[in-house]
Amino acid sequence: MNSEITVNVCLGTGGIAAGADMVMEAFRQEFESAGVKNASVQEHCKLHKVGCRGFCARDVLVDVTKGDNTWTYQYIQPEMVKRIVKDHVVDDKPITEWLVGDDYHTFHDNQTKIILADLGKIDPESIEEYLGVGGYTAAKKALTEMSPVEVIETMKKSGLRGRGGAGFPTGLKWSFCAANQADERYIICNADEGDPGAFMDRSVIEGNPHAVLEGMIIGAYAIGATHGYVYIRAEYPLAVNRLYIALDHAREKGFLGKKLFGTSFDFDIKVKLGAGAFVCGEETALIASIEGERGMPRAKPPFPANKGLWGKPTIINNVETLANIPPIINKGAEWFASIGSEKSKGTKVIALTGKIRNTGLIEIPMGTPLKDIIFNIGGGIEGDKLFKAVQTGGPSGGCIPQQHIDLPVDYEGLKSVGSMMGSGGMVVLDETDCMVNISKFFLEFTQSESCGKCVPCRIGTKRLLEILTRITEGNGKKGDIELLQTLAEDVRDSSLCGLGMSAPNPVISTIKYFRHEYEAHINHKKCPAKVCNKLLTFFIREDMCVGCGMCAKACSVSAITGEKKKPHHIDSSVCIKCGSCFDACKFSAVLKE
Amino acid sequence: MEKTQEAVLETIYQKCTANGDNIITALQQMQNEFGYVQEEAVNWYAERTNIPASRFYGVVTFYAQFHLQPRGKNIITVCQGTVCHVKGATRIIEKIREDIKLKEGQKTTKDMKFTLETVNCVGACSIAPVVIVNEKVFGKQSPTKIAQNLKPYKE
Repeated sequence: MNSEITVNVCLGTGGIAAGADMVMEAFRQEFESAGVKNASVQEHCKLHKVGCRGFCARDVLVDVTKGDNTWTYQYIQPEMVKRIVKDHVVDDKPITEWLVGDDYHTFHDNQTKIILADLGKIDPESIEEYLGVGGYTAAKKALTEMSPVEVIETMKKSGLRGRGGAGFPTGLKWSFCAANQADERYIICNADEGDPGAFMDRSVIEGNPHAVLEGMIIGAYAIGATHGYVYIRAEYPLAVNRLYIALDHAREKGFLGKKLFGTSFDFDIKVKLGAGAFVCGEETALIASIEGERGMPRAKPPFPANKGLWGKPTIINNVETLANIPPIINKGAEWFASIGSEKSKGTKVIALTGKIRNTGLIEIPMGTPLKDIIFNIGGGIEGDKLFKAVQTGGPSGGCIPQQHIDLPVDYEGLKSVGSMMGSGGMVVLDETDCMVNISKFFLEFTQSESCGKCVPCRIGTKRLLEILTRITEGNGKKGDIELLQTLAEDVRDSSLCGLGMSAPNPVISTIKYFRHEYEAHINHKKCPAKVCNKLLTFFIREDMCVGCGMCAKACSVSAITGEKKKPHHIDSSVCIKCGSCFDACKFSAVLKE
Repeated sequence: MEKTQEAVLETIYQKCTANGDNIITALQQMQNEFGYVQEEAVNWYAERTNIPASRFYGVVTFYAQFHLQPRGKNIITVCQGTVCHVKGATRIIEKIREDIKLKEGQKTTKDMKFTLETVNCVGACSIAPVVIVNEKVFGKQSPTKIAQNLKPYKE
């Protein structure tokens, strides 16, 4: 009991949702009560909250470090804490059956971590810990040893491209902004992560907010901005809170404010809370929102780098882009350019989710084959079902089928198959997912998020959604597929901003790779994946039914009849195909076809 | 308008003017104080700032965060992210509507006990489907589970 003991509890949003704060509290209490008997426990134990370590599927994750050794526990619940403290911390006997297995190491060993390197290791609410891992040395180096031009040149050489989706070279964007004559310039961090199924930016801010602030300081210095904004979703309370704490700490240390690092450079950052509009991820819409207007995009050019916030030259960078900047300054452009593929340098943080074993946050070198991500890091499909497709880029992206499983994941690779990088969400779909339904799901999203300014997007997405809805409800007509294709291309080619231009992608890519599913819905009125309820018939298997009556109770239209303890029956003429009976049956006796 | 309400609005006005905040921030603070954006509060504020009330209305109706109607005592938020969708969020929403007896087109129950809302993604995809009741997050839900979890809130 002589060496220092550290207990790390993963306190990202995923961790907290799984009960991490209660686990943390349980440790605190156990340390106190164990401390009464054994004074050394209290003295030598440090309880530590850390950001997301990526492997959210195994939450709550707890690290116990003694001296040089670390043990990681998975699926920890508050009631398990007592035994960990007693057996492991006090008696030095790790509880082997609760430790992570080999797959935990496979998950991490196949990744390359730049952005996520310190996530899950440092306390995001302590600037001292960030300083301890070399924090703010890059900002100091840039401001005291480099000229703004040198910083921009380093970015250009590194090959860093915007991680928000479009992949525009960061150094080039900065140089456009710096070239303008202006009395004021702005830098904005875009943390309005709106893609469903994406939580990279949130996790980075929750786990290492100072890295983003440091990136902003360097960027501001390079372009000559004295004011910065972080535009962040109000739906991310934890990230917002940690951001405010980080800003306060940075100001106290003199990293923000007047005369940074003894130079004549002044810079400070304000937080703006987004009010929930997907379109505000678009640069000009985001600027309108910061100005207090409805977040509607405008035509470009002029680009924000020339005319942005309050009409001044403005740079908008994504969270992950900014977090890449300090390591590039510290380790050099050549180091960064040596990672990744030919045209896409560095790594990409990906939210790997869906029907996959190891869901979580991962970071891979650009150009990593899709197959490696899904089957090595991801551990394959959940429940040993068959892989069908992977959806990348959120509502602006597309679905990539089995035949492209060897595709390298970088900007060019994904674009070549009709999808896109987007902000880096990756949702894995299996054989039980209906591609027409997925396509309709994304159109529902883009249609409701369309700001309505330009006609192709406002009306086009609505018509696309109507056609998709009728197909999934069994009212599809001959020629609907062709109509979808023509309309999708029109919306793509004529919309004002990125939202409209990319909204048809899910439709175009699913028709391209899964046309047979559309045909089955339209011509045969069947949903092959058995998802679209209106196209299914529900019935009860007599040999499986025990007559418990749960299905009859769940049925809102009394379509199910039967005597107690005898097989029940569904009257298909009354059934409204809501699926309640299917959910209610505990014996898998309700089938759909 | 009541005196206390006016005092609250005046405080918001003073704070926002001092910080140079825009009308989105002002509206966010009004909603934090009163639970939703009240017409009379907007009218008061519009007069105080000399900004047409229509601009406030334009902003309120554009952003999903703002509510023009009072909300129930308990807020049920169902995540409609991609993963929650493929794992059955739609059936969960149907079940909740049935369970709290919400009529077509309604968001809040008659007795003001529940408001049902959806959110694009809360980013807790590893425990999908996710339902949040007030501040509490329920992961890996099913129609049966959520009905069970809602029971304590009905009392």
